[in-house]
Amino acid sequence: MAYTSNPMTIKRDLMPGTLDMLILKTLTRAPLHGYGIALSIKSLSLDVLNVEEGSLYPALQRLLLQSWVKAEWKMTETNRRARYYTLTASGRKQLSKELSQFEQMIAAIGRVLQDA
Amino acid sequence: MTSIHRFLNKLRILAHRESFDRELQEEMAYHREQKIQEFQSRGMTPQSARHAVSREFGNDTSLKEQSRDVIGFWFETTLQDFRFSLRQLRKNLVFTSTAICVLALGTCASISIFAFVDAALIKPLPYQDPSRLVGVFERVALFEHSNLSLPDYLDWKKSNESFTSLEAYQHHGVMLNGASGAEPGNSARVSDGFFRVLGVAPILGRDFYAGEDLLSAPRTVLLSYAAWQKRYGGKADVLGQSITLDGNPHVIIGVLPRQFHFVPAEPAEFWTTIHASSECDLRRSCHGFYGVARLKPSVSAHAAAAEMESIAQQLQQQYPDSNSGQDANVFPLTEVIVGDIRPIFLLLLSGAGLLLVIATVNVASLLLVRSESRKREIAVRGALGASPARLIRQFVTEGLVLVAAGTSLGLAFAHAAMQLLTKLIPADLIDRMAFLHDLGFNVRVLAFAGMISLLAALLFTLTPALRLASPEMRQDLAEGSRGSAGNTWRRVGSKLVVLELATAVVLLVVAGLLGKSLYLLLRVDIGMQPDHLATLQVAAPRATYGKDEQVIVLERLVLSKLSGLPGVKAVGISNDLPINGWGDTTWFRILGRPWHGEHNEVPERDVSADYFTAIGAKLLRGRYFNEAEDKPKPHVAIINQAFEKVFFPNEDPMGKQLSYINMGIPPVPIEIVGIVQDIKEGQLDTKNMPALYIPFNQAPGNFFNVAVRTSEAEQALVPALAATIHQIDPGIAAFAGATMTDIINDSPSAYIHRSSAWLVGGFAAIALLLGVVGLYGVVAYSVSQRTREIGLRMALGAQRSSVYQLILREAGWLVAIGIAIGLVCSVAAATLMRGVLFNVRSWDLPTLVGVAAVLAISTLLASYIPARRAASVDPVEALRME
Repeated sequence: MAYTSNPMTIKRDLMPGTLDMLILKTLTRAPLHGYGIALSIKSLSLDVLNVEEGSLYPALQRLLLQSWVKAEWKMTETNRRARYYTLTASGRKQLSKELSQFEQMIAAIGRVLQDA
Repeated sequence: MTSIHRFLNKLRILAHRESFDRELQEEMAYHREQKIQEFQSRGMTPQSARHAVSREFGNDTSLKEQSRDVIGFWFETTLQDFRFSLRQLRKNLVFTSTAICVLALGTCASISIFAFVDAALIKPLPYQDPSRLVGVFERVALFEHSNLSLPDYLDWKKSNESFTSLEAYQHHGVMLNGASGAEPGNSARVSDGFFRVLGVAPILGRDFYAGEDLLSAPRTVLLSYAAWQKRYGGKADVLGQSITLDGNPHVIIGVLPRQFHFVPAEPAEFWTTIHASSECDLRRSCHGFYGVARLKPSVSAHAAAAEMESIAQQLQQQYPDSNSGQDANVFPLTEVIVGDIRPIFLLLLSGAGLLLVIATVNVASLLLVRSESRKREIAVRGALGASPARLIRQFVTEGLVLVAAGTSLGLAFAHAAMQLLTKLIPADLIDRMAFLHDLGFNVRVLAFAGMISLLAALLFTLTPALRLASPEMRQDLAEGSRGSAGNTWRRVGSKLVVLELATAVVLLVVAGLLGKSLYLLLRVDIGMQPDHLATLQVAAPRATYGKDEQVIVLERLVLSKLSGLPGVKAVGISNDLPINGWGDTTWFRILGRPWHGEHNEVPERDVSADYFTAIGAKLLRGRYFNEAEDKPKPHVAIINQAFEKVFFPNEDPMGKQLSYINMGIPPVPIEIVGIVQDIKEGQLDTKNMPALYIPFNQAPGNFFNVAVRTSEAEQALVPALAATIHQIDPGIAAFAGATMTDIINDSPSAYIHRSSAWLVGGFAAIALLLGVVGLYGVVAYSVSQRTREIGLRMALGAQRSSVYQLILREAGWLVAIGIAIGLVCSVAAATLMRGVLFNVRSWDLPTLVGVAAVLAISTLLASYIPARRAASVDPVEALRME
């Protein structure tokens, strides 16, 4: 049963808002469907971040509402219908804003930790 | 910007909600399939891969809910809950309509009574800064609020430093020249600054100017709004017109606002200034006015009372003849106007409040039973992904829907009830309660309605919600069966029933005490026979009947004409009828005893020779007057028993001599020739006072009452009396014809006792019904839950009688505790309302026992029905049910 849950998997402890940022970042490379986004985050984080359906889809709805992503139905390589999410211009702007904020925060946290 | 954006996006999704749901569904299904494939590719069997994915994702419905929460509006789920509630409530119409009706009843009673209380006690008087207004009175041994004499008033006005202004007023019956001869009217005589002190300005024309109340000023009049509408059709050209009041032309100078009322001087269509001219106006010992004043900013009513008292003391020194024993009294104006009815209104409000408690508790226990029987539904919905919060919200919504429906219906009922209740109040009593004119829904009444519905909503949502959160409930859910269930309900529900029964006992006892008060009040010995007695008030104009001889001629004519009417047995005349008041007093001294100027004050009634025979009084000793006894004859008097007890405790009053206290005139002896049993001159609930009866012909007056005893129906005689008077002289006003029975029944004390007895009686009847139904509900539910147990007992050989016992014992305990608590609270409640009761003690044993018996019997009947059902349980059927 080694495949069910990685002991390193961080399930719920993502900082609030971080998931939205990760999704936006994932979409900068190419449009992806929900499963693709989850898969991509998981592999890029080396299986540490396992995004659940229960957080992913509400997050996608949030982003859609803000028009930071847009969704369209396309065919996959296996010829299945899937909903692909694309980053919009305002999404890109939002991402860079969030990234810089996030970096500032990480730097701040880093300074605190170093000092200790 | 972004929030607008979000809002628009949400709107767009709302418009395409179905396709949104479908797409979400498809998208997540795709995700799941991919995941299953992924797991399979790692070597799992298709089935275990599916299970693993399902476990990982959890509840499908609640996942979708989470996404929907993001894109949906907050009110969508609320709307959904609301729709679901309606469906639930519609599904069980009996429950729903019962709950709504019970609630509506409770809220209707509280809201309508509160509206009365608000109109009377909470709403400020309709004057400028009313809290600074006070009533100013003299105070004598006999009366707390005694009238001022005009000379005293003028001295008080001149000397005081407490008031920015002190004004005087007096109700005054006037004669008008109507189309069909003289007709009586109501007016008030006021001092020039009366309306300014109240802060009331005419809506048309002008107020009285300073000095307009002097005899030298031209006579002017302000019309009440009602008089303006009724007599002048509301036309503006009324100003400057002239109207003749009491034979004097008055110029109309203005019209008062529609909402203006000043009950102590009312009813009054015409407001004139004092124009002091009569003998009484000028005499310091003739008390006919009341005072109203505005306190200076830094002065309290208390300080003002002290100052007025010191002025009154000075006047006593200065004018010992007229002023000895005349003290001062100052009260907030609110006390003067509503002080008397406050206890009754508070009593009624408490009664209505208790009824509301029973009603809400009743509905709460109904809800509890329902939540019990909906356990399965709840369990299923929980399993399908409804969070506890969402389930509780569902109950909250249901509670709110019930309360909203109940309150709206209650408001509608209250509206009707208020109209009905005001219609039931006799007209002349309404005039004394002017604040009821604008009874209705206002901000405060609606706020009160809102508050009670909020409390009810809180109670209704808390009961099932708490129930849902209890660990026992969760256990029950896990069991998912009826089994041992219902223990909580029986515990909580039975407490609620005890509360209901105890409250019902309190209401029943209070109603019983009020009913007994009314019974005793209406059967109080009034010293006369009120049946077969018709009465009429007569006012003869001063112009034609100004002299005593003229009045006596008229009196004799009236007596002989009325005696000639068919069926008439005796005709009497008096300046005041019984059950009116202990006023119209005189001062006297007893000749032959030392006298130091003290005023012995007693009510004086000037009556014709046959008056006592006509009203059916009882002569104890001596004789009645005879018609020939007029002024030139020796002066005589009849006294009542109370008079004898107070003034002649140890001697025989027959033949003793009294005299009026007339300053500077040598005393004229008045010989006591008879003693009558006490006649109730004042209200039914007052104590008998010493009273002095003088022959009408020795003290004739222009205004008098006739009392006619007939052998036929007295109601039919009333119009004939007025017609006969008008035959004698159309210029005489004959009015207020009524039977003595009506006078007694409509008298304020009887009316207030009767209406409060009926209202609280009604509350108590509903409370009894609700309490009994509540008990029935508990017992019936308990029986239905214990069917299996009962079946088992019977299968093991229990007799039907022991099953009866089992059920009735359970009910009996609840009833016994309810009655016991109720009786204790009743005695406490009755002690609080002592002042309202008449001749009944607060621990009136027959009432307490009676109420306990009524409740015991009705609850026994209510629990007998389910007990019989329990005893007729077929053991085989009962056991097979599982």
